[in-house]
Amino acid sequence: MATPAWFSPSRNSRRIGRQIVLPFGKSVEIAYKSLRVRFFRSLITTLSLVLAVSFFSYTAVGNDIADGLLAAGRPEYRQRLLRAGYDLEADGTRVARGAKQRWILMLSLLVCTVGILNAQLMAVTERFREIGTMKCLGALDRFVLRLFLLEAAMQGLAGATAGAGIGALFALAAGVLRFGPPALSCLPAGAAALSLLAAVGVGVGLSLLGVLYPAWVAARMQPVEAMRVEA
Amino acid sequence: MSPAPETAPSESAHVVRVSNVTKVFRLGRMEVQALKGIDLRIRRGEYLSIMGPSGSGKSTLFNMIGGLDKPTSGKVFIDEVDIAQLDAYELAWLRCRKIGYIFQTFNIIPVMTALENVTLPMIFAGMDSEAAVQKGLRLLEQVGLGDRHSHKPSELSGGQQQRVAIARALANDPAIVLADEPTGNLDLTTGEEIIQLLKRLSAERRVTVISATHDFKMLNVSDRVVWIRDGRIDRVEDREQLSITIGRIGTRA
Repeated sequence: MATPAWFSPSRNSRRIGRQIVLPFGKSVEIAYKSLRVRFFRSLITTLSLVLAVSFFSYTAVGNDIADGLLAAGRPEYRQRLLRAGYDLEADGTRVARGAKQRWILMLSLLVCTVGILNAQLMAVTERFREIGTMKCLGALDRFVLRLFLLEAAMQGLAGATAGAGIGALFALAAGVLRFGPPALSCLPAGAAALSLLAAVGVGVGLSLLGVLYPAWVAARMQPVEAMRVEA
Repeated sequence: MSPAPETAPSESAHVVRVSNVTKVFRLGRMEVQALKGIDLRIRRGEYLSIMGPSGSGKSTLFNMIGGLDKPTSGKVFIDEVDIAQLDAYELAWLRCRKIGYIFQTFNIIPVMTALENVTLPMIFAGMDSEAAVQKGLRLLEQVGLGDRHSHKPSELSGGQQQRVAIARALANDPAIVLADEPTGNLDLTTGEEIIQLLKRLSAERRVTVISATHDFKMLNVSDRVVWIRDGRIDRVEDREQLSITIGRIGTRA
């Protein structure tokens, strides 16, 4: 039986794999449009992330403010910190990050991840036909995976940036209310920036973590789903 | 761009060959035999309709031909290649360049404009953006939507969406266009227009059109009709015989 030209006898599927492409820029464009069209839904998915990240950032920046006040070396700041309920580390140069604080943070992040997972699973179910259609047009599993990861990364970046900003603002406001202007003047800018960066990083990470399973479900979907009339 | 079936050494008269295909679905503890041994050869460039009541196995056979589902036993050959032997990449390649799909529910990707929908398969096939846009515009022109290329699916009527789907199916100059109930969600007049458009484009481009349908309007333009009943081919009729059948349907109805 003669082998047609389109079918390589060596069955070199890598070569064929490279003949099906979705340039990265195009993926970003599609993911961005996808988010914009479903703006309201994306917003709700992102909202829990914004809340969790702002809590994270509030706590971290609050600690930075307290550290800054301590580092100023003035005994009255130290007194006020103790009165405000901060515990100090043994060497007295930093405020203690208590186990309770860590637990609450972990829990809030966990709840947020489950929320994202739930929302993304629903989003994937809603988009079964769209994904199936793309596969009928020749999309590979990894295109679908990449689109979902990109969408989650964008959502994560936007949500985490907003969350980190909101949390930091609240922390600064609370600091000024409790300790007056020195809260700002003593604040170590580097540490605060690092806290913000960490908050954004954690947010993006959680967003990606939450979409991993839904995206995998989407990527493995059979194109025949696109044909189903119901749903 | 396309792998040019005209020059392929495999140029055989049959673009699709279905050989003794069966399909069993498991529904809980019950086994349902959707296809009970189908043999079918589809000629290059013909306009073939697969007719049959719902539940006859029509859609199952259709999905097999499109490489969307795998037979329980038997083989489906496209251009003499057994598609059960293809891996994921090769299947994607087949769907991208060899086959164009048209759906009952149009399945225009909702977040993209008409033009973006048409260019997507070309981008998958590695065409550069500029060329894809040019070709996409030309294709939309050919299906009569030249001026609506920047509209979203929500701004298009059902008939217009199906025209976009036809343009998209033809994007990579496929050898086969598979149309699953292409007129199922359209009113009589629009359905008629879509059928005429499909017929015209298939004749112009010498592309094989295979449609699963129970729309009798489709019979007028079909070269052959395969009637499926209860998982088997009931009969295959050429166009000459068809007029008689239509007459009978007409009198019966």
